[in-house]
Amino acid sequence: MKLLTCPMNGTRPLSEFIFGGEYREGPDPKTCTDAEWASYVHNRSGAPGDKKEWWYHSPSGTWFIAERNTLTDKVTRTYLLGPNNNNSSLAQENGK
Amino acid sequence: MPLRLLKFALSKDHPAPRFFKTHEAPKKSYDVVIIGGGGHGLAAAYYLAKDHGITNVAVLEKGYIGGGNTGRNTTIVRSNYLTPEGVNFYDASVKIYEGLSEELDLNLFYSTRGHFTLAHTESAMRTMRWRAEVNKHVGVESRVVGPDEIAKACPQLDMSCSGQAPILGALYHAPGSVARHDGVAWGYARGADRLGAEIHQNTEVLAIDVKNGKVCGVKTNKGYIETKQVLCAVAGFTPRITEMVDLQTPIVIHPLQACVTEPMKPWLDTILVSGSLHVYVSQSSRGELVMGSSLDPYEVHSTRSTLDFVEGLTSHMLDMFPFLSNVKVVRQWAGMADMTPDFAPIMGKTPIEGFYIDAGWGTWGFKATPISGKTMAQTIANDSAPDLIHSFRLSRFEDYELTGEKGAASVGH
Repeated sequence: MKLLTCPMNGTRPLSEFIFGGEYREGPDPKTCTDAEWASYVHNRSGAPGDKKEWWYHSPSGTWFIAERNTLTDKVTRTYLLGPNNNNSSLAQENGK
Repeated sequence: MPLRLLKFALSKDHPAPRFFKTHEAPKKSYDVVIIGGGGHGLAAAYYLAKDHGITNVAVLEKGYIGGGNTGRNTTIVRSNYLTPEGVNFYDASVKIYEGLSEELDLNLFYSTRGHFTLAHTESAMRTMRWRAEVNKHVGVESRVVGPDEIAKACPQLDMSCSGQAPILGALYHAPGSVARHDGVAWGYARGADRLGAEIHQNTEVLAIDVKNGKVCGVKTNKGYIETKQVLCAVAGFTPRITEMVDLQTPIVIHPLQACVTEPMKPWLDTILVSGSLHVYVSQSSRGELVMGSSLDPYEVHSTRSTLDFVEGLTSHMLDMFPFLSNVKVVRQWAGMADMTPDFAPIMGKTPIEGFYIDAGWGTWGFKATPISGKTMAQTIANDSAPDLIHSFRLSRFEDYELTGEKGAASVGH
């Protein structure tokens, strides 16, 4: 069974989690061009590598960030997103 | 045939027949380089030579031919899609498939079985009616059938599905077929080779040379090749190739798994799909049940298979066929599906001159092999995509003109 560590609930079976896609910064809709916006809506960085992703722990309703390599499927870090949480003191190191 | 056999009786030399020539190394230049020796790439090479007389073509395959998603799918061929554009396109593919064994002079074991997409809910029935009407409108034989007709076609099926998901009806698609998928790759390879194209296995593309927005060559592990036209037909490896030319696409890779049981005497005549139970199953010409399910739920570039998948799939198979409880699963595997947001492929030209794309084949690529080869050959020969694949162009995303085929995916993803 694959495992993932939720920053709020600890290590849980992967079946409790839902993948939310890559974490991405959107362009400012007021200033960007139509082409930039269309690219933000549709295009993805599909090539394998280390990625920052949204994950959701379904039973507790927790959205959080996981840093994962999409080639090896190894998760290096999971943490809640936020100005105070996005550092290693509150982040849960995870070697699973 | 008897004469060919007699020749072997008189000779002491019995070389194994080869399907295509082995070349020492690629030449310095080609008119067209096709990246990816799967069904799609080989079919494109074949039709470039046959339909357009373009034979100075190299197919570069980093592994062995047909070893990617061509040899990993569950071999179902059908055209009961949801959009008129999709139905027309896949119908053209089915029509080529029907005569393909003759054309390639190779028995592809193309077997028309009839294809039932089971509906267990009212909302599923609504989608079936929608697909049936679109199919009929375009001239494809599909209709909604009731439980009696399903039970008659497949008496072994538990119509209540263990009481969990009673079958209300189905979309019946008469032309639904299965074929030997490796045979399709080998048949096209032999055809392309005979007409003059070169197939290079163990040849990996490392970089693509683009100058002033035009393709001028590819760097491989066997040296540099000059070419002005490159076709990218690499399914699950598409993002790695498009990254080489800085081309953005919506493609994301998810594994898609499948498995087979030990062989049995023939009992399952039709192809059965259940969207709600996430199962599609047919019996191969060897007697194995070939089974597949939905995509793995998150992005991974891997062909590893999981126990979770077999457990989930087989439990749903037992809902449909309780008598299979003692049958053994003998193999399981995964392919990397290149998924698009609208479940339609990405085909045709790109903003880079001479770089053509045949991708986004997700879970629906095998059935499109002949027609995608034919239309991509047309696109390369004329530097213009035919109308048949206009709705699948890469620029549909910036135009917000998506081709929504998700409702026609075999199982709910």
